[in-house]
Amino acid sequence: MTDHVLTYMTFFPVAGMVAVLLLPRERHDLIRWVSALFTVPPLLLAVWLFRNFDRANPGFQFIEKFDWIPAYNIQYFVGVDGISISMVLLTALLSFLCIFASWGIDKGVKGYFALFLLLDAGMMGVFVALDFFLFYIFWEVMLLPMYFLIGIWGGPRREYAAIKFFLYTLFGSVLMLLAILALYFTTEPHTFDMTQLIAQSDRYGTTPLPFWPFDQLRWGFQHVVWMALFIGFAIKIPAFPFHTWLPDAHVEAPTAISVILAGVLLKMGTYGILRINYSMFPEATGDLAFWFLGALGAWNIIYGALCAMAQKDLKKLVAYSSVSHMGYVMLGMATFTPHGINGAVLQMFNHGTITGMLFLMVGVIYDRAHHRDIEGFGGVAAIMPVYTGVSAFAIFASMGLPGLSGFISEVLVLLGAWQKYPVLSVLGASGVILTAGYLLWTVQRVFLGATNEKYKTMPEINGRELFTMIPLAVIILIVGVYPSVVLDLLSASLEQLNQAVIPHLG
Amino acid sequence: MDHPIQTDYLRWIVLLPLLGAVWNGLLGAQLQKRLGKWVISLFACGPVVGSFLLSVAAFQDLLSREPEQRFLIDRVYPWITLATLNVDVAFWVDPLSAVMILVVTGIGGLIHIYSVGYMHDDRSFWRYFAFLNLFTFAMLMLVTADNLLLMFIGWEGVGLCSYALIGFWYHDHVNTRAGNKAFLVNRVGDFGFILGIFLIFWSLDHHGHATVTFREIQKFVSLLQGQEIWGIGVITLATLFLFLGATGKSAQIPLHVWLPDAMQGPTPVSALIHAATMVTAGVYMIVRLHFLYSLAPLTLHVVAFIGLATALGAATIALTQTDIKRVLAYSTISQLGYMFLGAGVAAYGAAIFHLMTHAFFKACLFLGSGSVIHAMGGEQDMRNMGGLRRHMPWTFLTFTVAVLAIAGTPLTAGFFSKDEILWQAFSSPHGTPLLWFFGVVGAGLTAFYMFRQLFLVFFGECRANHHVKEHLHESPAVMTLPLVVLAVGSIVAGWIGAPAAFAPMFGPNLFAAWLEPVVGGRHEAQGSATLEEILMVLSVSVAAAGVYLAYRMYFKRSLSPERFSSLANGRPYRLFFNKYYVDEFYQSVFVDGALKLARVGAWIDEHIIDFIVDGSAKTTAFVSWLNGLFDNYVIDGLVNAVADGTFWAGGKFRKVQTGNINSYLYVILGAVIVVIIVKLRYGS
Repeated sequence: MTDHVLTYMTFFPVAGMVAVLLLPRERHDLIRWVSALFTVPPLLLAVWLFRNFDRANPGFQFIEKFDWIPAYNIQYFVGVDGISISMVLLTALLSFLCIFASWGIDKGVKGYFALFLLLDAGMMGVFVALDFFLFYIFWEVMLLPMYFLIGIWGGPRREYAAIKFFLYTLFGSVLMLLAILALYFTTEPHTFDMTQLIAQSDRYGTTPLPFWPFDQLRWGFQHVVWMALFIGFAIKIPAFPFHTWLPDAHVEAPTAISVILAGVLLKMGTYGILRINYSMFPEATGDLAFWFLGALGAWNIIYGALCAMAQKDLKKLVAYSSVSHMGYVMLGMATFTPHGINGAVLQMFNHGTITGMLFLMVGVIYDRAHHRDIEGFGGVAAIMPVYTGVSAFAIFASMGLPGLSGFISEVLVLLGAWQKYPVLSVLGASGVILTAGYLLWTVQRVFLGATNEKYKTMPEINGRELFTMIPLAVIILIVGVYPSVVLDLLSASLEQLNQAVIPHLG
Repeated sequence: MDHPIQTDYLRWIVLLPLLGAVWNGLLGAQLQKRLGKWVISLFACGPVVGSFLLSVAAFQDLLSREPEQRFLIDRVYPWITLATLNVDVAFWVDPLSAVMILVVTGIGGLIHIYSVGYMHDDRSFWRYFAFLNLFTFAMLMLVTADNLLLMFIGWEGVGLCSYALIGFWYHDHVNTRAGNKAFLVNRVGDFGFILGIFLIFWSLDHHGHATVTFREIQKFVSLLQGQEIWGIGVITLATLFLFLGATGKSAQIPLHVWLPDAMQGPTPVSALIHAATMVTAGVYMIVRLHFLYSLAPLTLHVVAFIGLATALGAATIALTQTDIKRVLAYSTISQLGYMFLGAGVAAYGAAIFHLMTHAFFKACLFLGSGSVIHAMGGEQDMRNMGGLRRHMPWTFLTFTVAVLAIAGTPLTAGFFSKDEILWQAFSSPHGTPLLWFFGVVGAGLTAFYMFRQLFLVFFGECRANHHVKEHLHESPAVMTLPLVVLAVGSIVAGWIGAPAAFAPMFGPNLFAAWLEPVVGGRHEAQGSATLEEILMVLSVSVAAAGVYLAYRMYFKRSLSPERFSSLANGRPYRLFFNKYYVDEFYQSVFVDGALKLARVGAWIDEHIIDFIVDGSAKTTAFVSWLNGLFDNYVIDGLVNAVADGTFWAGGKFRKVQTGNINSYLYVILGAVIVVIIVKLRYGS
């Protein structure tokens, strides 16, 4: 079993999807439990992976590799290293929890859970794939169920949101596909194998580009491919100005899908940049990272926070907070210091748990009040004290309260940024003030103040809802108190990545 | 200093209150419902008393050692280990943090006990104590952390608890707004604090000694001299950044605005957090890092100037306030200003000395005012008080002692500590007589507004309504006992730091000697004992003048306050009364400005970016519509035309197919003839 651990993790949900499809459509509870059952093995394997991952090895582990379509040199090739391990763990955890967060879905239950499991498989696949073609397949596999999950089970404007999401991402996918083909035909022999693509990265600097006038400026093939990939990934992060699909998608998506969207999908953007842009184009990365990751990241932090402050819809506010928090990831990545880059990947993990919790929090109150208007609540603390306690925990974690996980990653990012770009570090740090501003204001308007008579009888958060949030809270606390639990997984691989780029920094 | 003594009990000083907080936070609601409030009190006060006893043990441990070996450390585990960043969770106790933990657990313990009485009727009794314990934990972490980053956990942790306790009665938005304001203003300070940490870390990294640990920084600090960033010395810039943090936490200009509003919280909270402990964190931080500040004369000047400006500014505001707690709040800001004045002239020992004595008398004042508010059924306006000394003898007595102390009456604790700061402001190498002069003016104002308060509250006729008057009562023993202890402290706590002139009475200056291993010896000007005594007499006379003025205005009432408030058309009075309009300025520039920017951002998203996105979608849709038209009318038109033509032709040619063999034969014959003719004509 352990030889194929990653394959099992990826394809168990597919088996689950098949199982769900075979069940009678009216047996809702059966469908739910079967779905839950099929997310358990990946979670257990994730725990196993966490225990057995070799923290000192910067290379790929748990590799599986065989020819898939030999005519085009396409392989089934999976493995994990420090860049992906935390995302694999996060995906397994959130998939499991989100099944329970989906318990309230009662329209088209069978279709929902089948698509959810397919989505799960697609996400896991993206993080473990080491063949670029396979990577692309999983990337697209994940896009499709997402479109339907938003478009069918979403809120009132679900179709607009789903199409916007789909078109934005498809636009990115097309650019990525072109980049993949460009790389394929540049390598000799033609290959999609990422390790090969990395090994041959010297070629990309010398590959001529037809109709390209800027060769004398040292800007060429690798920069163009870098940008194509970057735009594809930036849409997922989402980086300004490609971020406007996010608030709409989040607002319309069902709770669990928002959690997946923020917790896992956004990370694919930054993961892709690390895995592909950084590894394959160290030179172009050295040239472009400052503007497109560092400066843009700082801008994301502040711009996202400001937009969040202006929102009236609670879910949209959380969505914009993601824009802001993902800015820290970008800024950290751009520093090429161990602190910054480890902080960035840790921030990816932390944002998954923290924002996941925030979306679960929104879901709980939305299920009761049937609206998300921030001004429409008030005094929830008196009606639902336990819910308020858990929510306050998530909100303060999002604010980067020391002792919780978000603090560690933000401080590492800003610390790293200070050495390279002190001004960006100052800007990023000032984002912390804005974050406190909009989050505290939200706490005040939703939870505090006089009790709103309309919601006097709102029931307290129930056991199932607590079950989805408490594990995340525990992780947030553990990582805050003992961050090495995650950092040790990351640092060896990230150091290697840094060392590849550093010689090319201007 | 070089060989710290390893211990394994210091962690419990910090962690015991955390256990209390977790216990009451998770189980308190149920426990309170099932077993009553006494269980909560037990689990809340017990850990703090335990911490206090351990602190005393640690203190005795230090005392039993040679001065230069007074340094205990307890390493718990490595917290962050990443490349050059190695941060331990480690607690240390040296003479400086020993003073702090004794103040925090000692006075904190008294305030916990007092709260049992004060909060007795509150439904959320358990929540109150959970946060009070959490605060104690965070504060202890702040003062025992062996590195800047761990200190920052405590630093923000106390801010969180302060926020939660200011807005404790969250049903009223006045309270929650005050909580938000406190947290946000502190965040501005924290922003500076964290940048200061970064700058120190990287500047030391430059020399291969990246660290955030206090002892290591102290060891390598000399390497930083002369190093610059943006044309400023890194030590200067780092200390200024950190000082920004201190102005937030300790409510100094320009971040002082949150503290008066923080009085919305329960009064024991004001006493513990917003007077005795948390707000002194900034002073502690500077003294902790005195080796950096001493190398940054520019920063020292800024600290001294800000401290003095705050001391005077807040004192002038306090003159005009009528809310019993607000007067004390401004008085706290003002006294903190004195501590920074002390730190700013590099008289670190004096700053800590005043911090300690102030904790006693200001906690006593706040708890006394709490006792008054308790008796008055929540009334806080001094204009509705008066004559309470007859109803509340213990509160009156202890309050009076504390007023005497803060006004600097000779032989009280406040007298010794304040005069030490004033003397150092005068005589230290970083001081000037001008600093001393304005400090003395502030001392006069302090004496005036404190006695004004004493007279308004406890003397004269009671101005409360009937209803309140009937219910006037002395507070229970659980509240008055802490008051008595604090009042005694307000007098005797100063004796351990009495200057040489009082040596025959109180012995040598034990306090300065105690801190000497940390901050170095007290600065002694040459042959100046007489000068010190003269200045002391002067400052006491100024304070006495303040008291006399208050006596005339608010006791004898032979001098109308209007004579002063209407000076210069009342402009100065209005300026003081309206707190120099700083709140209004911040609101309109920063708060409204941020909201305006926020709306601009949201507008850009909605009207520009989404306009482009939707626009490109619409353009695509339009193009495909055109495409459709082209398909329908041009391509399909052609196709249809072909089809129609065929159809038409078919219709025409159908007539040919008549089924009549004869006509077919005629056609074939005709065709053959045509072929033959053609062949004959063109064949050759």
